[in-house]
Amino acid sequence: MIEIKLKKKLFSFELNVDLNTNNGNFVSIFGPSGAGKTTLLRLIAGLDKPDWGYIRVDDEVWFSSKDNINVPVRLRKIGFVFQDYALFENMSVGKNIEFAIESKKDLNVVDELLELVHLKEYKNQKISLLSGGQKQRLALVRALVRKPKLLLLDEPMSALDLSLRVSLQDELLFLQKKFNITSIMVSHDISEVAKLSDYVFFINNGKITKHGKPQAIFDIDANNVNIFGTVIDKKPSELLGILKVLIGNSIIHLPVSKEQFSQLSIGDKIVITAKAFNFSLKKVLFD
Amino acid sequence: MSDFLLPLYLTFKLATIATIVLFFIGIFIAYFLAYTHSHLRFLYEALVNIPLFLPPVVLGFYILVLFSPVSFLGKLLEYFGIKLVFNFSGLVVGSILYSFPFMVNPLVSGFRALPKSLKEAAYTLGKTKLETFFKVLLPNMKPSILSAIVLTFVHTIGEFGVVLMIGGNIPGVTKVASIAIFDASMALNYKLANFYSLVLSTVSLSVLILVFFLNKKFVSNDRN
Repeated sequence: MIEIKLKKKLFSFELNVDLNTNNGNFVSIFGPSGAGKTTLLRLIAGLDKPDWGYIRVDDEVWFSSKDNINVPVRLRKIGFVFQDYALFENMSVGKNIEFAIESKKDLNVVDELLELVHLKEYKNQKISLLSGGQKQRLALVRALVRKPKLLLLDEPMSALDLSLRVSLQDELLFLQKKFNITSIMVSHDISEVAKLSDYVFFINNGKITKHGKPQAIFDIDANNVNIFGTVIDKKPSELLGILKVLIGNSIIHLPVSKEQFSQLSIGDKIVITAKAFNFSLKKVLFD
Repeated sequence: MSDFLLPLYLTFKLATIATIVLFFIGIFIAYFLAYTHSHLRFLYEALVNIPLFLPPVVLGFYILVLFSPVSFLGKLLEYFGIKLVFNFSGLVVGSILYSFPFMVNPLVSGFRALPKSLKEAAYTLGKTKLETFFKVLLPNMKPSILSAIVLTFVHTIGEFGVVLMIGGNIPGVTKVASIAIFDASMALNYKLANFYSLVLSTVSLSVLILVFFLNKKFVSNDRN
């Protein structure tokens, strides 16, 4: 059980959150940029200090303003995956893992972990020789070395292109379930959040405005086909409006009613639902 | 050693000792300056950079006054049997003060250029500040460390005003190469002045080229 209740004064607003989750869950913190998502993650990790509140993980108190407890980062059992991966360029791929190992007798797990993310043959390579996806996987597995109680992920896929992101999401989910680690991910990518999360907290201007299962939060009907996209342009026409919607790497033009057209603005995230069995589809040849 | 080579020996001995001592002091001060959230940071940074803005002779004069047996500090040092004017130890202390910003500034920039996440990642992996400092931060800022060491070394080789004020011109004790050049020129011994000048400029230029070569190597090593 993880219980978090925190307040922290930020530059233009106050972060004020209250969130709980059961062990083994994959939780996402979702919301627009600048909503306080990353700050919240840093507060949980102990990289920043809350003004008020508490953080309890199982029976350990990591932070409590009332009892004046603030466990230093290194003593909190966390794994943290940074947006820029924060790999140590002065060490080889294998040494990055080794560095995180506490006792010498566990050194044999290095190969095992590298194997898990298909990096075993890169063990003695320099970090700079890895591709973006490989760096991401190394950062992820390095965060798991110490068998953390809580895995914190800060926009872990944001630097990767779409196809890579999708395959890494599967790997992340596989590792999270394999190690059964309670995870909190910060993301602003709906499809990613919907795919990975057991539970979603929607945060805006420092407050949790909605929370629930992704199906409820994003109003997803599991029997239908759901396509997530972002409105990137609007063109009014006489009887209806045309939305230009970005879905993954493709842009589609979507005719919508006048009413819907007026309610949506550029940058809005939308879900396009198609009834199962009630759409036409055709295989396309690629490349 | 022949009297003729003695000033060069003194110069390189002085620069080596000053650089080594300054490195160990400077690296911790730079770490503090780079990461402190103190409101007084601007003041500390100004203090570190005083030697850059003060004429060397003025700096030398103040150090001389400070260490002279009539001052409080001088008296205190004398009580412990330490004398810091007109001897080699005085030159070392003077050089350390004089070259202070040349060591500290590149190191501060080096620390600040490292992504914050590097340090934080080490903490989340259970490492102490000390382990993070030695195993993550320092190895990732080799070019800055090299620049700091070389700048300090070359700068100390070339100092004149401070050394002359604190050490005077005692052959074999405080008569370093720069003073020997001045001395020889005044005595119209241009051949000797020219020799010392040539050695100093050759060494300084070689070191400079070496630094650029090594920096290029560090960068390409990290990238390839």
